[in-house]
Amino acid sequence: MLRLLNLELQKLLLSRTSKILIFVSFVLPFTVLILSSIKINFFGFFTLELGELGIFNFPIIWHITTFFASQFKFFFAIVVVSMIGNEYSNKTLKQNLIDGLSKKEFILSKFYTIIFFSLVATLLIAVASFFIGLYYSSYTEASIIIRETNFLIAYFVKLVGFFSLCLFFGMLVKRSAFALAFLFILYILEWITFGIISWQSDMAFAEKIQNFFPLKSMYKLIDQPFQRVMMTKFPDKADLMYDYTVHWHEIVIVLCWTAIFIFLSYRLLKKRDL
Amino acid sequence: MEPILSINNLTKKFGYLTAVKDLSFNINKGNVYGILGPNGSGKSTTLGIVLNVVNKTSGDFKWFNGTVTTHDALKRVGAIIENPNFYPYMTAAQNLKLVCKIKGVDYSKIDEKLEVVNLLDRKDHKFSSYSLGMKQRLAIASALLNDPEILILDEPTNGLDPQGIHQIRKIIKDIASEGTTILLASHLLDEVEKVCSHVVVLRKGEKLYSGRVDEMISSHGFFELKCENENELITYLESNPDFGSVKVENKLITAFLNEPMDAVTFNKLMFEKGIILSHLVKRKESLEEQFLQLTDKL
Repeated sequence: MLRLLNLELQKLLLSRTSKILIFVSFVLPFTVLILSSIKINFFGFFTLELGELGIFNFPIIWHITTFFASQFKFFFAIVVVSMIGNEYSNKTLKQNLIDGLSKKEFILSKFYTIIFFSLVATLLIAVASFFIGLYYSSYTEASIIIRETNFLIAYFVKLVGFFSLCLFFGMLVKRSAFALAFLFILYILEWITFGIISWQSDMAFAEKIQNFFPLKSMYKLIDQPFQRVMMTKFPDKADLMYDYTVHWHEIVIVLCWTAIFIFLSYRLLKKRDL
Repeated sequence: MEPILSINNLTKKFGYLTAVKDLSFNINKGNVYGILGPNGSGKSTTLGIVLNVVNKTSGDFKWFNGTVTTHDALKRVGAIIENPNFYPYMTAAQNLKLVCKIKGVDYSKIDEKLEVVNLLDRKDHKFSSYSLGMKQRLAIASALLNDPEILILDEPTNGLDPQGIHQIRKIIKDIASEGTTILLASHLLDEVEKVCSHVVVLRKGEKLYSGRVDEMISSHGFFELKCENENELITYLESNPDFGSVKVENKLITAFLNEPMDAVTFNKLMFEKGIILSHLVKRKESLEEQFLQLTDKL
């Protein structure tokens, strides 16, 4: 396992483009997080301090940071897609297989890399949120800090699932740009299907079905936190209530998709003549 | 002899096209094999199948007597297919390091093999800055990293200039002289003739011949003759059952033998018949002629 990870890391870290993209996808959310946590004084007119809004309180901070950090996953998605695209365009995939890597090992080395980077991203966010939380939060009891850390698990699963989808599209179309276009097409397709179902039956039913779609199920893992922030401000407004918690069945759905994508990538490679 | 690779009834179809048809042959340790065939005869496809990059349609092949799986076997094989494929953004040494990781070879081999192909002074240059000849030599270095039991080369001199071709051939000969089994696919016949002891001839995915180079066709050779009295000679040759076809080209008469006969006997015979030859050479077909004879036969 380490050998395969090591192999892929060498391929990635020696390439300048992917090095920059990896750097951006990790450092950017991190910097945004740090920046937003410091007090910004706008030339004496007013001070903007996001911490005052209570969004850096435990346990809501886990929700906020993972939600915003996951918006940056697109940068690493480019890396994932291009790490497949380049193997095809340089024909190094063929050479790797000739040199004695099996097709299974090839897919696994990509998958391990995805897990590795998702893990690193999760740890970074966890550490950053923890310290910012300690600094701002009104409550720092261990029991409150630990509460809702399952958002971190959701974040990790979400990343792994999304990158596995990218891996599959990369294997499917062999070219990075087309694979990214496919992501967009899938996104539109999901909404069209949602539209058709809600038109044929009703909205609530369509939403239930939609939660099983690959992109939507990944999105659904971490619901948008805006409404929740509102809720903390106006606790008496009952119509703002919504279900934002991470459910185990949501995690299971995404894990299933991950397994399906990795398996399909492997099948695709196995069937293909290079 | 110890077999390294045995192929049995291997078939590969691409849609309606049959690229390899019911192919069987064995590669034994210590020999230098050539796979000959015109373009599109299935050479690269066959190599692709045994190297695990092309899926077979039917039949099977066994590496090292079937004692190991294909992907483990490939770690004991060195192979170059068509163009050298490496990561353009890595240096030669980094590329070889990656191959070491795949094959599970010690990094100390990198410098040793770069020395063999004369690239040691360029090892820290990016692969993308290499000329085609250098890329091809790097590919050979990469194939040699694991001290392979068999080296597979597919058109190793394709697209190279004469110096490049010469360098590659020299490297191949040096490797062969150390006792490494080599399988060389090429359509350059003099290349195969110079290097190989055994040959497999393919045409349209079918095997036409496999065996020693010098036994490729059951021919007793031919005479090239010239004389003053051409017609008399031709009439005689055509009436003699020892001779097959007779061809005349630019006053040079070529007579193919059906039965073995040496030049002395023939000369004597002619003299007795009163035909004085001004030119007499006995030759065997070159590999090129043999190859063309084989592949033209339908």
